[in-house]
Amino acid sequence: MFSFILRRLAQSLLVMAVVSAISFSLFNFVGDPVNNMVGQDATREDRIRIRNELGLNDPILTQYIRFMGNALQGDFGLSYRIKRPVDELIIERLPATLELVFASAVIALVLGITAGVYTGIRRNSWFSRSILSVSLVGVSLPTFIIGIGLIYLFAVILRWLPSSGRSGVVEFGWWKTNFLTLDGWRSIILPALTLSLFQMTMILRLVRAEMLEVMQADFIKFARARGLAERAINFTHALKNTLVPVITIIGINIGGLIAFSVITETVFQWPGTGLMFIQAVDFVDVPIMAAYLCFVALMFVTVNLIVDLMYFAIDPRIRIRGR
Amino acid sequence: MARDTVAPEGEPRPGFVARLLDNDIVWSFLHSPAAIVAAVITLLCVGAALLAPVIAPFNPFDPAQISLWDGKLPPSWSEGGQPQYLLGTDNQGRDMLSTILYGGRLSIMVGLAAVCLGMVLGVLLGVVAGYFGGAVDAAIMRVADVQLTIPGILLAILINGIGRAALPLELREEFAIYVVIIAIGLTDWPQFARVTRGAAMVEVNKEYVQAARVIDLPGWLIMWRHILPNVMRPVLVLATIGLALAIIAEATLSFLGQGIPPTTPSLGTLIRVGNEYLFSGLWWITLFPALALVILVFAVNLLGDWMRDALNPRLR
Amino acid sequence: MLLQVNKLDVDFPTRRGTVKAARGVNLTVEPGEVLGLVGESGAGKSTIGNAIMGLLERPGRVSGGEILFQGKDIRGLPDEDMRKIRGDKIGMIFQDPQTSLNPLLTVGEQLIETIQKTLGLREAEAKARAVDLLQKVGIEEAEARLRNYPHQFSGGMRQRVVIALALAGDPDLIIADEPTTALDVSIQAQILDLIKGLCRSRNLGVIIVTHDIGVIANIADRVTVMYRGEVVETGAVAQVLGAPQHDYTKSLIAAVPRADRRLTRFASIDYIEGGTTPFNRIDVQSHWLGKHQEMRAPDGVAIEVDKVSLSFTLQRALLPRNRKLLRAVDDVSFAIREGETFGLVGESGSGKSTVARCIARLYRPEAGAIRVMGRDLLADPRAADTRAAKRALQMIFQDPYSSLNARMRVADIVSEPIRAFRLAETEREVRSIVGDLLDHVGLGSAAALRYPHEFSGGQRQRISIARALASRPRILICDEPTSALDVSVQATILNLLKDLQDELGLTMLFISHDLPVIRQMCDRIAVMRHGKICEIAQNEALFSAPKHPYTRHLLDLMPRMDLLEPATV
Repeated sequence: MFSFILRRLAQSLLVMAVVSAISFSLFNFVGDPVNNMVGQDATREDRIRIRNELGLNDPILTQYIRFMGNALQGDFGLSYRIKRPVDELIIERLPATLELVFASAVIALVLGITAGVYTGIRRNSWFSRSILSVSLVGVSLPTFIIGIGLIYLFAVILRWLPSSGRSGVVEFGWWKTNFLTLDGWRSIILPALTLSLFQMTMILRLVRAEMLEVMQADFIKFARARGLAERAINFTHALKNTLVPVITIIGINIGGLIAFSVITETVFQWPGTGLMFIQAVDFVDVPIMAAYLCFVALMFVTVNLIVDLMYFAIDPRIRIRGR
Repeated sequence: MARDTVAPEGEPRPGFVARLLDNDIVWSFLHSPAAIVAAVITLLCVGAALLAPVIAPFNPFDPAQISLWDGKLPPSWSEGGQPQYLLGTDNQGRDMLSTILYGGRLSIMVGLAAVCLGMVLGVLLGVVAGYFGGAVDAAIMRVADVQLTIPGILLAILINGIGRAALPLELREEFAIYVVIIAIGLTDWPQFARVTRGAAMVEVNKEYVQAARVIDLPGWLIMWRHILPNVMRPVLVLATIGLALAIIAEATLSFLGQGIPPTTPSLGTLIRVGNEYLFSGLWWITLFPALALVILVFAVNLLGDWMRDALNPRLR
Repeated sequence: MLLQVNKLDVDFPTRRGTVKAARGVNLTVEPGEVLGLVGESGAGKSTIGNAIMGLLERPGRVSGGEILFQGKDIRGLPDEDMRKIRGDKIGMIFQDPQTSLNPLLTVGEQLIETIQKTLGLREAEAKARAVDLLQKVGIEEAEARLRNYPHQFSGGMRQRVVIALALAGDPDLIIADEPTTALDVSIQAQILDLIKGLCRSRNLGVIIVTHDIGVIANIADRVTVMYRGEVVETGAVAQVLGAPQHDYTKSLIAAVPRADRRLTRFASIDYIEGGTTPFNRIDVQSHWLGKHQEMRAPDGVAIEVDKVSLSFTLQRALLPRNRKLLRAVDDVSFAIREGETFGLVGESGSGKSTVARCIARLYRPEAGAIRVMGRDLLADPRAADTRAAKRALQMIFQDPYSSLNARMRVADIVSEPIRAFRLAETEREVRSIVGDLLDHVGLGSAAALRYPHEFSGGQRQRISIARALASRPRILICDEPTSALDVSVQATILNLLKDLQDELGLTMLFISHDLPVIRQMCDRIAVMRHGKICEIAQNEALFSAPKHPYTRHLLDLMPRMDLLEPATV
């Protein structure tokens, strides 16, 4: 048991090491940091001085270790464009992204799994078939088109909901939340729906496919041969076995939500980390790009670790070694 | 247990066409209306896109054919529309239908090239990993795992951003397409590598591969002649679904302003440009490119969906 | 009369027309009686079991006849009513205990759930009954093991759990579909004893569906023989096996390998299609197969295995003490003389196939040496005579479905060794050799243009043999070449191998778990267990006077065949 967790932990650390190395190399390969620090009119001497001050002439390994040391303390330097510490910027915008991702994850998981199980059990009903057809359209709709469509329908034509921005927030220290005012809810609904739709259809289709796969298994046939009720077969035997692969999918999907938040935040001008990242890419603002990359990897690794622990709870084959 | 299903000796063998029609996959295709519709739409889209220079009423890149006076015209059937501009014109006076045909061409080409890049890279590495196993396998798959940690679209944005930043300013527009292709292709390969490696590992342990090793066939020949043809089924399914995803990825990049520049617009770029006019009621500049994109992606997805079921022996 | 099936028809509509899986099947079962339902693949025997339970896989359906259970027709009952019969009145046991149990629920949960459903007991009572059931099927510490998951049981124990589950509702009839096919011989005997004991003590009716005449001979009271969806013969076991009436039964029983005495060939089987192709001898002196066969083994030893060992890692771990290794082959030595057939017999996991794969260079042994025709094939892979020795050694594999590349034409499969070893000058010559080889193994040269999926299991095994012959080998390694085949097809393949050996003077290493097959095929036999060789003896000596206790144990487990009629040769 411990070796299982230890191995996963080691893998996560490896991932973080590689991602941080890539982040670090961004500083060296993309643009010249000195150019970004000083104006066009800086003298040659100034440049050399700053180069030395920044330690850019040190051996690459020393620079990497220094970068890692700083990164571990959350220090990614100053943004080239806004000239403010990156960690501050991220923390400021983190609640917006996390709340958006959280709301979308809830929508995607609840609706996706329910519909997936339903279509898996009621394979041939017309309702299942229509859900499936609609879901295929859902997979084919790029997130930004969903966003534009929802904005046009609910903000431009019906004028029910705001078209962009994050309003109605309540502050708790540094955390600003949307969930306490009507206005806050109104502004998060469209972006959350947009972000969840693609993932929801993916989850639905995968849960259904897994369910069908499990229904073919011998132990389901044996359960039938023992005269167990369809209910018990569907929910105790099939669903539990479906959960194992589905949990993996959920881990991947939460990662996907974080990634697609970049697009959703751009469409809705939602002031989260994703919007900040895309602006940073536009201006080659390397410190923000590097920090965001590490941040996303950290989120993803954490989600995957939680997923592994859930496997542990569900699957006795991992928990208990056979005789 | 063995099955005895073979035709008796001496029975004449049916001709090629008859055998083709008898093939389970062909049969399943001909009996699936969705698959036929999807294939027809996909072919139409690809055909229209390839023939864009021939069938498009205007050449949107020829300044002589564009007049700003004709800008922002609605589709021909609405009030104020003009018959020569079937789907209306955009803000610069370009015919929407023509820009969509040319844009779709670009989207399909970029998508195909990106998937091919990802597929070739992934299948190659996957077969090698599956055949050799051990340290080679561990090295390749760890790299894939690490890459899969970062969601694809994000990585594409990043690679694309780095690629653009690394190019001198004056070359950025010219090479934008190649940067996008490489960015999407490089994010694609781990999926292909995983699927191929999984399938290859199953095949390597099958006895026909061992039979080839007993006659001392070199490793590369076994991979090429024996393993590769037997792992292509799941790869083909993945490539079809991957094409839909690559087209979406390109459109997304372009929509974010990171992809194909507005001088030679793809569908994503068109939607990005149109989005700015959406609030002023010029809906057609966004709607038609978006519709074209969704129909194209939907058709490809439908085809991939049918393929996955048809090629999965367990569901038959 | 517990069960009476009258004129049962089962149809499977497919796009190529309706397949009649069962036609006019009649059978009866009395309480306290074991009925054996025997037939080869495609006979429709499993279909009958599923039809009785109402569990036919779609689109299969019962299209005629009646199924009288305790005097009531249960054919076509709605699922709701069938559910009250399944588990409560009729229990079913499936072939593979690995996949029959839900891996995520404990054995106790699965048992208690079933008992509560069928008998309507409360949880505590159901648990007591579950403990009782596990004890009855021979599981020790039953109470503690209720909390275990299926993967914590061994294969045989798992099948006992499956039997306990089938008995949970106290049924009157048990249908066991190949209940021992996935198990080793020693466990097979125990499970059969258990089923027979339960049948007698509880006055159960039992239907055993099997392809294995040995199982029938050991457990059944009466037997029903099926062929292509029809019942060809029914009667008491001694009568059907000892004095079969129908031609099919006669051929089937003649094809069963016997352990009591070695025959030169299997009796010619005339009822089964494709089995009668006569073997046309070739003139070895002038034929392509006889060319360049001057390579001789030094001192007449074709294969020498010298203190070979190989371990597999079962569990990897950082700390060496947590690592688990399996000594698959443990200090094994033997020598095979030129022209002889050497048998390697043992249960699954004994290491017999691993030894063969070491000789064929598919595995590299950790210690020891292997010499083929006097050359160590691993020592100097480039040398010309090493290559000649590699060519001299070919292998025939077990699974006819995975041993041929499905994406290649038969011609390309068979010609691959010819090209690899450059045994022909021109494309035309290659083609004529391939046609010749296919003719020689009884397929006809027209087979060359087809793909493997167009052939049956036995025909595919012939293609495999043709491929092995295509490098003009001196030695054939046959790794369970017939264990995936029906017994009648097995007989024809074994006859073909014997003919080829006679004709070409081949040396053979024959690997099997099946003692009667080994008895028929081999001159000398080595018995393996846990990676070690227990005993090497001449065929006759091994069967009449086994020296090692394990050999005696294996011989004791062999199904009794004394019921079978004396073979007519």
